Order: sequence, then C-alpha cells, then structure tokens
Amino acid sequence: MSTRLSRGGRLIDRTRPQEFTFNGKRLRGFAGDTLASALLANDQMLVGRSFKYHRPRGIVASGAEEPNALVNLGEGTRFEPNQRTTTTELFNGLKAESQNHWPSLEFDLGAVNSAFARFLPAGFYYKTFIHPRPFWKHVFEPIIRRSAGLGRAPKDRDADRYEQFYAFTDVLVAGGGIAGLQAALNAARDGKRVIVMEQTAHWGGRAPIDGVVIDGQPAAAWIATTVTALEAMENVTLRLRCMVAGVYDHGYVLAAERLTDHVPGAMGPRQRLWRIRAGQIIAATGAIERPLSFAGNDVPGVMLASAVRDYLTNWAVSPGDRTVVVTNNDDAYRTAIALVEAGLSVPVVLDARARANGILVQQARALGIRVEAGKAIAAVKGGKRVTGVTVCSQAGEGAVLEEITCDAVAMSGGWSPAVHLWSHCGGKLTWDEDAAMFRPDPARPPLGADGRGFVRTAGSASGAMHAAECLADAGGTAEVEAPEEAPMEPIWIMPQGAKADLRAKMWLDYQNDVKVSDVQLAAREGYQSVEHTKRYTTLGMATDQGKLSNINGLAVLSDAISQPIPQVGTTTFRPPYTPVTFGTLAGEARGDIFQPLRRTPMHEWHEANGAYWEPVGHWRRPYCYQRAGETEEQAVHREVRNTRNAVGLLDASTLGKILVKGPDAGRLLDMLYTNMMSTLPVGKCRYGLMCNENGFLIDDGVVARLDEDTFLCHTTSGGADRIHAHMEDWLQCEWWDWKVYTANLTEQFAQIAVVGPKARQLLERLGGMDVSREALPFMEWREGVLGGIAARVFRISFSGELSYEIAVPAGQGRALWDLLLAKGADLGVMPYGTEALHVLRAEKGFIMIGDETDGTVIPQDLGLDWAISKKKADYIGKRGQQRSFLTNPDRWKLVGLETLDGSVIPDGAYAVAEGVTANGQKATEGRVTSTYFSPTLGRGIAMGLVRRGPERMGETVSFGKLDGTVVKARIVEPVFYDPKGEKQNV
Amino acid sequence: MSDVAQALGGASFTGFARVEELAPQGMISFRGDLSDPVVQEALRAATGLEMPAQRGIVQAEERALGWMSPDEAILLMPHAALGGVLVELRAALAGQHHLAVDVSDARVTFRLSGPGAREVLAKLAPVDLSPAAFAEGELRRTRVAQVAAAFWLSGAEEIALICFRSVARYVFDLLAVSAAEGGEVRAF
Amino acid sequence: MLIVHCPHCGVQADETELTNGGQAHLRRFGPGSSDAEFEAYMFARKNPKGVHFERWRHSYGCGKWFIAARCTATLEVFGTYPAQTTEPPAAIIATIKKRRPEWEGSE
Repeated sequence: MSTRLSRGGRLIDRTRPQEFTFNGKRLRGFAGDTLASALLANDQMLVGRSFKYHRPRGIVASGAEEPNALVNLGEGTRFEPNQRTTTTELFNGLKAESQNHWPSLEFDLGAVNSAFARFLPAGFYYKTFIHPRPFWKHVFEPIIRRSAGLGRAPKDRDADRYEQFYAFTDVLVAGGGIAGLQAALNAARDGKRVIVMEQTAHWGGRAPIDGVVIDGQPAAAWIATTVTALEAMENVTLRLRCMVAGVYDHGYVLAAERLTDHVPGAMGPRQRLWRIRAGQIIAATGAIERPLSFAGNDVPGVMLASAVRDYLTNWAVSPGDRTVVVTNNDDAYRTAIALVEAGLSVPVVLDARARANGILVQQARALGIRVEAGKAIAAVKGGKRVTGVTVCSQAGEGAVLEEITCDAVAMSGGWSPAVHLWSHCGGKLTWDEDAAMFRPDPARPPLGADGRGFVRTAGSASGAMHAAECLADAGGTAEVEAPEEAPMEPIWIMPQGAKADLRAKMWLDYQNDVKVSDVQLAAREGYQSVEHTKRYTTLGMATDQGKLSNINGLAVLSDAISQPIPQVGTTTFRPPYTPVTFGTLAGEARGDIFQPLRRTPMHEWHEANGAYWEPVGHWRRPYCYQRAGETEEQAVHREVRNTRNAVGLLDASTLGKILVKGPDAGRLLDMLYTNMMSTLPVGKCRYGLMCNENGFLIDDGVVARLDEDTFLCHTTSGGADRIHAHMEDWLQCEWWDWKVYTANLTEQFAQIAVVGPKARQLLERLGGMDVSREALPFMEWREGVLGGIAARVFRISFSGELSYEIAVPAGQGRALWDLLLAKGADLGVMPYGTEALHVLRAEKGFIMIGDETDGTVIPQDLGLDWAISKKKADYIGKRGQQRSFLTNPDRWKLVGLETLDGSVIPDGAYAVAEGVTANGQKATEGRVTSTYFSPTLGRGIAMGLVRRGPERMGETVSFGKLDGTVVKARIVEPVFYDPKGEKQNV
Repeated sequence: MSDVAQALGGASFTGFARVEELAPQGMISFRGDLSDPVVQEALRAATGLEMPAQRGIVQAEERALGWMSPDEAILLMPHAALGGVLVELRAALAGQHHLAVDVSDARVTFRLSGPGAREVLAKLAPVDLSPAAFAEGELRRTRVAQVAAAFWLSGAEEIALICFRSVARYVFDLLAVSAAEGGEVRAF
Repeated sequence: MLIVHCPHCGVQADETELTNGGQAHLRRFGPGSSDAEFEAYMFARKNPKGVHFERWRHSYGCGKWFIAARCTATLEVFGTYPAQTTEPPAAIIATIKKRRPEWEGSE
C-alpha cells in the first residue's frame, strides 16, 4: 500500500497538517503536499477512470505530464474540472472528486466498455457509422454518450477575478531548474533584463532529488545560493507558479501565473496571464520520462520511476512497500536505490537491456538489489491496484519465467526533452538515435522579426540529460558530480515479440485509452501519416496532449509502417503547454467590462427613465422609454404619435461628426461622396452618400459647410470611427498631397434632435437664437446660444417633421436635455427612442444604412440617383457602379410595400416568384428591408427591394411567412407620409 | 452658462494605486506640419511651451504640449484659457493650412498615482512601462484593454491618462479593478 | 503576434495596436479603365510565400498608415516606411536582396 514515511520529505512541513476531502472522504496531508502526494499518503491509489473503457486509473507521474489523475476541484462558484492532482497544491479545506465514473469510482458500470474493448478499437467512432443502423441507436450511442466527456462543466459564475500583465524583457527563461537558473544568471550578469518563470512552487527542478553535487555542495545549496544572487539583481524578475504556456511570433509569450489557487480566501486575482515580449527565450523546460509499453501498464500502482523517486524524496510518500523497477536505462536505478535506502523493498530491477553494468547498476547491486538484465514485464497482475508482475525475456514473446508479488511498479523508458516551447513557433527537431529522442536542432530555430532565432534551449530540454552536461549546456562552469550513466536502449514494446493479447493491454495514451494495438491497427488500415494516426486513434489528443504517449506512439507507428522514426516525425506541438483556464485568458474582460460600453452624456437620464436599451456598435441607445404598464410596442407607438403631433427629443449624440478642413476639403469630399459637396454654400447642409470602391453604399449623412475650407460630416451612429478611418486611408495613401486635415469630433458634442410641430415653439422658449423659418431655413445651420448654452443648430429632418438638431459641448448635453424637458413639459415634450426613429423615417421612405443596405446595394438600387452627381468625372465607387451586373435593369430596387390586409410583413421576408432556381430552391424576386406597424397610418408599412420594382407600381407580390403561408403586398411609392414634404419645411 | 458636467462626476478609487477622474481641462487638437518653423512658433506663442520632439510632451504648471503624430499635437490648458489660445493660434496661422479645434469635452483625463501606478497601466496596455523604458517626457498613444488612450508621466509616481468620454466608465472600471488590493505584481 | 516598427512615431507597435490593410502599392483604376484593369485593381491580390509588401495603420497609436516589407513564411520584417510613396524605397529593396538573394523584385 502507498503510505507516508515517518521521516523525510524535503517539501512538506509536518507541523502544518492540512485537511481535505476526496469523494467526500476526509483525509489529511501536510503543507507542501500536492494533492497527488497527499492522496498517495492516504493509500488512495485509484483516483479516476479512463475516458473510453473506464478502466481504474492511478497516479502515474508527479508533474504537469500526469494523464490520469484529473479531478473536479472545488465547488459552486469555485468549481473547476480536469485539474491535475500532481500540480494542485494542497490547502486546508480542499475538495476534490474523481471524474469519469458512474455511479461510483469503486464500482463503475462504464467499465463494461472494457469488456467490449474489441468493439471499440481505433476509429471506433467513425466505424459505428458504417454498422447497421440499429447498432448505432441501441448499442453504440448509449455507450458513447455515457462514456464521453471528462469532468463536469462548471454551472455557476466564477467568483474569482483574473488579470493580465504586459511584460517586456531581453531574456525570458522558462523553467527554474539548475539549467534555467544558470542561464538566467549568465544573462543577468551580462546586464540583460531577465524574467525567470517556474511552473511549480519550487526552484531547482530535479537536481536535488537526483543527488547531484555542484561545486562540492548538494544541489539544493547551489540552487539556494543562485536564487539569492538572482533575487538581489535589479534586472531580474523571478516568478514561481508561473507556467510558460506558449511561444508565438516575434518573441511573444503567454504565461499563466497561479496567485491564490493554493491560498483560498486570499485577496487578489486568482490567476494572471503574462503577455510577454522577449528578445530571447531560453527554454529550460527539462525532460519528461517515458513509460514502457507492457501489458497492464495502466494498473494503479504502475508509475514513472522518476515519479516514485519524487514522491519518496519530496513528500516522504512511498507508493508501495515492494516496488518492481523496470527500465531500459541507468537513471531508474536511482529510484531503486532511493527506495532501498528509505527502508523499502525492491524485489527486482528488470532491465530490458542485454547488459546492465553501469555505475548506478553496480551501486544498486552493492545494496543487495537483484538486477535481471534482458528481462521484461510480461504482464501486471491486479485490477484496481498492482498485486504483482510476471517476468519474461525482453527478446521473447512473453513466456512467463517467474511471478513476483509487489504493490508498485516503477517504469522508465528513457527521457524526452520537453521541446514544446522550442517547437511552438517553428523550431525544428532532430532525432538522436543513441539517446532515442527528438532534440532541438540549434541550426533551425524559430525565427523572429529580424530573421534570427529567438528561442534556445538549455539543459535537459536540449537533450543534455546528465547533470554535468545539463549545467554546461546552460553556460555553467561549476564542477558537477553525478555518476556516469551507461547508454539506454530503445524499448518500444515489452517483450519485443508480444502477441496480440498482450499488445491489446499495452497503453500508450492513458487518458484517451489508446493502446499499442490501436496504433498498429491504424497502420494496417492505411494511416501512414503521424498526424492522421493521431486523429484516427486520438493518441495525444487528451488534455495532457500526449506528453507521455507521443514518442512511444510514433515509435510503434514507425515499426508498423517500417519507416524510421525521424521520417515518421512528430505531431505539431501547440500551445498551451498545460491547459489554461478560460478566466485567465479573458483576464479583466468580464461582467461590466467584458467589452467597452459607450455612453452618451444623457445615458444616466435614459437609464433612470425606463430606457429599453438597444446596442448600436458599442453604444447603448434607448430603443424606447417604457412607462409603467406599457409594452415596448405601446411605448414606441406613443413616442411616434407624440413626435408627429407635439414634440419629441432624440438623443442623437451617437451620430458621427467629422471635421474636414483645408483648401482641398471640398475636393476630398467630392471624391468621398457620390454627390457634389464642394458647391455647398457656407451655412447650408446637404445629404450625402458614401460608397466603397466597389460601388456599394457604406454610409450616409448630412454635411454642413462651416466656412470656406471647413466641412462637418455627419456619419451613421457607430459608423464614425470606420468612416473617419476610410477618409484617412484615402487621404494618407492615395491623395497625400491634398491639403486636408480631419478630426473626429463625435464625442465633443452632445446632439439632441428636437422634432415635431411644436419644436420651434420649444426652442423659442429656451431663447437666445432666432430659429424662425426665415432666420434658419430648412437644410441650413446656425451657431448661437440656446438657453445659455453655446450651440450649433442644424435644420435637418430624418422624420419628415419640423426638426432641429442641436449640438452642444458634451459636458453640457445633459443640461440642455433637462432644460428642453422642463421648458417643454406643457407642450407635451417627451423623448423617443431608436425604434420610433425607425418608424418615423420609414413612414417617410428614408433609407437606413444596414436595413436597406447590406454591402451589396448601390445607391441606384435605392432610387437615390438624385444624390449621385452626373457632373463629376470620378468619385469612390463610380467605376464600380458602371459594371454590367450593377447596371442590369433586372436588379432588385427599392419600393414601398402595402399589405392588402393591413398586416405587418415579417422582418426579412422574401418575395416568392414562380419556379425554382438552378439550385432547386424556390425562386425569389425581392425581400423586405424595413417593416413596421405605422401608428400614424394605422397599418403595416414596409420597404423592400423588388426585381424591377419601380416599374411595377400597383402590382401585387407575395411574401413568404415562416408558417408556409404568404402575405400579399402592393408595390407603392416608398414615401407613405407627407409625400410633398410640407411638414418639415414650415 | 451651465456648469460643465464631468463624465463620471469626479470618480475615484483607492487600491494599491489611486485612480481619479480629473476636473475638465481645456484640450485642443492641433493638426499641421509640426516640422514647419512657423507652426512651431505659433504653438510656442500660444502655449508658452516648446514643441517637443517625436512622442514627447512638455509640461509647465497647468499647460502641456504633446506630440501626437508628425502632423498632430495636443494642447492642454485651464479650461478658461482655451478660447484665447484658439484665437491666438488661428490668428498666427491665418492663411496657413492647419486645424485647431476644441476637444475638451470629447475626452476625459484620469490620474493614476502611487508606487503601483505603472503596474496598474501595465495590466491594460501593451507597452513597456518599466522605469527604464517609459520615462518622463514621453507621451504614448496606445490602447488600454479594448479602447484607445494616451498617457504620460505627470509627476513622480503619477500618470495622466486620457481617453474618449463615452468610454470613461469603462476605463475607470478597468483602472479600478487593476488597482484593487491583492493585485500587486511587483515587477518594476 | 507581430511587432512592427511604426516609421511615423517610432513605436515598436504590438500587432493589437495595428490594423492590416492588405497588399500595398496598388494603382487605383477609376472611371475610364477597362473591366480587366478594374477587376485586377479591386480583386487580384498577391499571396506570395516570401517577400510581401503590405499596408498597416497604427490605428491605436499615431493613426498613420505605413508599409511593411515582410516575409510571409518566416515573418521576418525587412523594414517599414511611410505609405506616402508609390514604390518601395531603395534602402528597403537593398535590405530584402541582402536577406533574400533569390528574390526577383517587388511587384
């Protein structure tokens, strides 16, 4: 059984016990434990079930590479699934639950999948589609549904806060082992700005566990000295619990820092995403030990040899009293030696190599450990935990020579450099035949903005596995004492002649349940590419991204398709290195500041007065102002009627206002607008249309000429930034010799439309300006003082009523709004929202960008030929509009639509035509672009684009409804109200 | 004349740094060829400040003159002085192609102060805010989270930041959450 | 995520401060041009693997347009220059030829 030893444990503090629960069971650990070490200390070998077969699974590793021991962590607003127990620091009150089991971890019905394993081979999901239909419905689907998924998705809103931090550095060192610390020290001494990030809570990596001696002192002492030296340097930033997740173009790096995960209740953000720009990245990310592929290598109690050593040394936890060590290298002997020195039993070391006589082997033998060279595990005995192993010859087919009782197996298939950060941005690898590993090829690094490599590896990540090489590779000159190691020997399956029954129990990818037999099957079925095999078998596609399985898997594939490993290659390494929670990626962008919300100066008034909001770009505009007991529709109708009969106020502050000034301002506007703007007299306003170079209508608005060389261009709400950018683009990139400056003044002014037959009367009450028909005629503007506020007043109308738009400095917008409401109370003044605005303009047949236009509509389609200059030789869009398909008389053109029954045509409805299209769909001949109930006329009105519409006045067309019926409408002129424009020009 | 309303009514927040909305100040956006000696002289005469070099800002008492682009400058002054400065500029540059316009109401100014001020901003802007890289006299235009902003050091451990008025609440909330206790990074 | 030097304000701009404007040095064809000319101007865009000239606007910064000469395969930036020019400056061409001797010329 796994247990806590009475002595030792370099990372735990026995004076600080910590209570936690696992599946509701109360357990105890110590400060400094990981959840994994604490579970093992409590003999919790079984921690989860596998994804597909629901096989019992235990802890395999001791770090970020752990594939099995994932748990649901926390509860309620702090619940998070798929948390690796090996990287979760223990704290008092931690609550964890195992995943992928039903109904319980100990007794799982899904485990019947295991019995059906031969029906669930590689690609089984795809194959189920081929089987007879009833099989899918009654057999596969229920099993797959029950089996699929990892942890539960959180249900509650996350209670924590997250943030991001932009950091800039000359050198970023990823990994705080001896290589990382050495590389950081060298860079810092060169005067570089250095950031060092270590994913665990401790500096030093594996060196202290492996008994390395540096400069005559234990590694731990050298690490402490080096960290102290780095801490003392101004140009160095050291961060623990900070996982470098990904390396991107031009030295961009993302790293996730765990701030309060291990200290619940602490103030401050839970995690921080570092967004780093580094001149150089040194990946000192170490190496990951590989499992060996033998039958039953997934039974709880089978662990990586290094992990067994870690649990023993770091946390004083022994995974078993009797541990069989199985290896193809010398390093695993360190585990055997450590176990025996801790007073535990190692019945045998099974060394798959034909000869085993390195220094470490000799040391093991000297301790009395039995070493069997050329031997292998034939199979592991046990279900929910290891009870023993059967021994065979590695060279054979698995004939059992001996059975050995044990409760743990420590396996080592050699080490793979953690090359992820090197590879994320294109660093290439080279296959090292002797060490059987892919290592970074320093001649082919990822390239930065200057075309030079910006990532290098240091230490084990370079493939320098021996401590002395490791430190030297990082630029260290210290004397390192560590025993020489004899060469490892690649062992991809164990025994090498294993038959199908054994191969079907050799796990490659623990989390996704991919076995040696699955990869071999994929190869037989024709999957030659490693990328295809990965997707077909799901090898390496789990949350651990194949940290343990990739090399073993591709070695099996390489053998199966008889191609050397370097030719098979690896799958692509993609960020993040380990999963990063969504909250951390989102940072501060959640809740009220998920995205910017633009507020007008009158926003608070709207909010306090029943505004039902409509998003317009990032603006919020009142759709209508609801009064008690009113529906939105009733509110809109009231606002429309009041504006037609008395006076309404519209907050038009969101309209874009762009100042265009200079001797060539008129010339620029003549190019930007379809009509002539340079001839506009000072003091007057003109409606204009803007197209893109394709000819399609992109914006409209009123232009006012302020003086000889200054124009003020109004754009649509939400269009200001886009149109300003459009102007600057042409000005800077095409006509840069024209003398024009632009300024986006949208936010400088609050703008209020005062609309309705009593509008003039209201403004006269404010006093200060002559707003009479004579002094301020339609389509003109004046500057003055209204009610004590400096104002620019435009006589323009988007409703067909007598209308003034008043622009005042934004800081006084609210004051003017309040004044208008106060002075107009007895006139019946009331605000109206965007929906009333839409109805009012639709009654007048005015187009709306985004309703009548969709990026494929030209002004000519909308009957706006009057706003297109015939005199101008050129304007943006003119050439585009001359193309044959845009001049085709069959185009859909704007008309008014009057339903025969007075009803409202559904929004977006299409006019159905005879016959079918080339695609076999019902033919159409038009669509509705705006459709409303008109409170003024008491019936439905609509505008739409209809094929040859203006030539078909009086004809009836049919619009399809969702229920399959049609609504008939007569084609009419689009101006439904006051067609002569008598009301606005009073 | 009515009182000028502040976008947030002078909001403030104190965490490990302090965030305050400042009282409205006069702000002029100027467009013109900043390399032209006539333009430089006009700006000097109107503000009493020397036109700074690329990305520079010069400050004296309640006035400041900042380089925004090769043909754009920003002028800061007490609100009451704005009208006079505009008149002076326009007179000095009569007949010369330029644009000078009041943008006081379009923008909001925040002050970040305290030892953590740089860190608060470094959580939001993709800019190297370490003392070695961002020093007094530099005006930086960039984004804070999802909106445009400009900022400069307005004193020891003090940063002035301007953004558009409509997003004042968004920017204030960003700054406040970034300055909240427990979020100290201690990277500078 | 790229960093590109803005030649107008001198900032090493982060990609998130910039807006990409597609292929640079297009010649505008307006009224009077043939259908083929207009089509080529509007729609025919290069998509080279290698040296490319593209428009960028420092939209969150000084607001100015500039042009970057960049390798689309390695993301190496050979240089940037203001957009107020109809062809790449000689110095940029020289840099590209030095870094990519096999390159056969701009457009």
